[in-house]
Amino acid sequence: MSHPLPLNNQDNQESFVLNLGPQHPATHGVLRVKLTMDGEYIMHAEPVLGYIHRMHEKMGENRTWAQFMPNTGRMDYLSALSFNHGYAALVERAMGIEVPERAEYLRVITVELNRISSHLVWFGAFILDLGGFSPLLYAFDDREHILDLLESVTGSRLTYCYFRFGGLYNDIDENFVDGTREFIKTMRERLPMYHNLVTKNIILIKRLKDIGPIPKETIRKYGATGPVARGSGVDYDIRRNEPYSIYPEFDFDIPVYTECDSMARYMVRMDEIEQSMRIIEQALDKLPEGPVMAPKVPKILKPPKGDYYQAVESARGSLGMRAVSDGTNKAYRLKLRSPTFSNLSLFSEVSEGMLLPDALALMGSLDLVIPEIDR
Amino acid sequence: MNSEIIRVLAFLVGVIAFAALNAAYLVWLERKEAGHIQRRIGPKEVGPFGLLQPMVDGIKLMTKQILIPDGVDPILFRLAPILAMIPAIMCFVTIPFSQELVARNINLGLLMIFAFASINVLALLLGGWASANKYAVISAARAVAQNVAYEIPMLVTVITMVMITGTLNLNDIVAQQPNISQWYIFRFSASPLMPVAFLIFFICSLAETNRAPFDLNEAESELVAGFHTEYSSMGFGLFFMGEYANIVIGSSLAVILFLGGWQDPFGLFPGVWWFLIKLYCLIFTVIWIRWTYPRTQFYGLLNLSWKILIPISLFNLLLTAGFLKVF
Repeated sequence: MSHPLPLNNQDNQESFVLNLGPQHPATHGVLRVKLTMDGEYIMHAEPVLGYIHRMHEKMGENRTWAQFMPNTGRMDYLSALSFNHGYAALVERAMGIEVPERAEYLRVITVELNRISSHLVWFGAFILDLGGFSPLLYAFDDREHILDLLESVTGSRLTYCYFRFGGLYNDIDENFVDGTREFIKTMRERLPMYHNLVTKNIILIKRLKDIGPIPKETIRKYGATGPVARGSGVDYDIRRNEPYSIYPEFDFDIPVYTECDSMARYMVRMDEIEQSMRIIEQALDKLPEGPVMAPKVPKILKPPKGDYYQAVESARGSLGMRAVSDGTNKAYRLKLRSPTFSNLSLFSEVSEGMLLPDALALMGSLDLVIPEIDR
Repeated sequence: MNSEIIRVLAFLVGVIAFAALNAAYLVWLERKEAGHIQRRIGPKEVGPFGLLQPMVDGIKLMTKQILIPDGVDPILFRLAPILAMIPAIMCFVTIPFSQELVARNINLGLLMIFAFASINVLALLLGGWASANKYAVISAARAVAQNVAYEIPMLVTVITMVMITGTLNLNDIVAQQPNISQWYIFRFSASPLMPVAFLIFFICSLAETNRAPFDLNEAESELVAGFHTEYSSMGFGLFFMGEYANIVIGSSLAVILFLGGWQDPFGLFPGVWWFLIKLYCLIFTVIWIRWTYPRTQFYGLLNLSWKILIPISLFNLLLTAGFLKVF
């Protein structure tokens, strides 16, 4: 439903500027949106970024390749392993390091677990944005299992630094395998409950259906990716379209909805949880034995001169990492293309003429992680 | 004469104590219930089952500084919380807790409650306006639109009830419902739509008291804290208590009008406990709804009122009038 502006735009007499953030419950971080409002209708929205800018890209230039690895876990705090994966794969591509098969499987398992936990946090926080408190606690309950599992192999609960160039820091044990299977079993019971209690709720449907439509052209114009794009009928997922790691070996679907509204984006993420569980199950079944670290990785990495790019699918969309190496032990330039930066960019155009609560539902459906936007 | 003064004083103290204790302990109930709905246990540290938590919260609120920001209207800013609480307490004056336990059994009791309950929205408006905060002003505007929209179906339903009961005296209304088959919610001889009327009344009282899923004017993900964004200390505390007192009043009215007030379901031992049991069951439901549903959107809220509740309640009014005329 698009809302016509009730007053004419020429003589903006009734408009006022509302500062949404940088401290505001709906922005989930330090995002500031300058809203020009006409009553409760948004005439213009201008996201103001940079409140948590930490110069990660510059840090990439003045530390060695290996030293930058912990930084990658601190940008997108909800799917840190995807960033780990992107950076590790980038440097491996530059150095020509072969990763053992078992390590690739474990990478996929942990990244997909991380994706589920990220979607769970989003699910809870999104319903919280819509005023429903309780689902958050249930989602965090499920996420807790994942955090425990990942803690047992990576050693940390949120800002992982698990991947190494050429493999992994640590092998898994039986408990992890059993725990993951157990988690998938419980999650399969919880997902229908979420759908019964939340997705089919009439208030939620009214809040999301036909709200915040993002046309396909807008997606293309701003380069939006991930669930946001797939909710608008753009059938694009790096895991399938530009395969990396061992994703081609698994049988999984890319959920695509063509409704373009907030409900479509909601459904894409909910379906992705199921698809991630399918990937994990297959990976656990096929998990080969062997080392988790490539045997001969040089202590000091000096990738040959050149320009390298690696894209991975993080929980929020396509994450591109580009490194320019001048042959020394530090990157000459490191550039990240983070998914939510592009996804947020379309907010200004799409939110024009919307009501404030609808715009916040739209913003929630974009699944913003601010440190990843600002870097 | 002397005993009359004592009676008035006793009821004054009693009513204020009831309102304040309810406000405090409904917060406890709300937190405990929310906890159990969310698979937590809620407050448990202060006292057994966290029962002293409301007292500690109250002490904390009272010892905090009342911060009055620059640029606010100083008189209205201070007046608004008081205006939120006092009419709420006044409403308790005519509520019959049992046949004898009523502060003032006046013939216009129902009218008086609605007269005072309507002041509540003025308090929200003043609070929002005087705060000189954009979020608060938006919230105040929402509160007014919402209250106007929901006052109509609520009052139409009440008019329907008054047509059936033939009195505005709350104690008389309760006296007309001696057992469960004669509760007005099941009085199909008066109108086949009585359960619907109860539902309309209940929904409207949720909306009038700004409870979820109609808590649009304190939608924290949109308006931070709504009209009380700038309030601290007991200024905030009074708004908070006023809100809970209004819930108690709304539920009390629903109990009195539809569920037989202090009458018991089987014609045995009528008394204050039956009133309280029914009241707290309804309040429990109100809290349950809040922690289950997401918030409605504003046009959804207004559509519900203008397109669904008002036509149904008007139809019910017409139907009841027809029934009264024919039978």
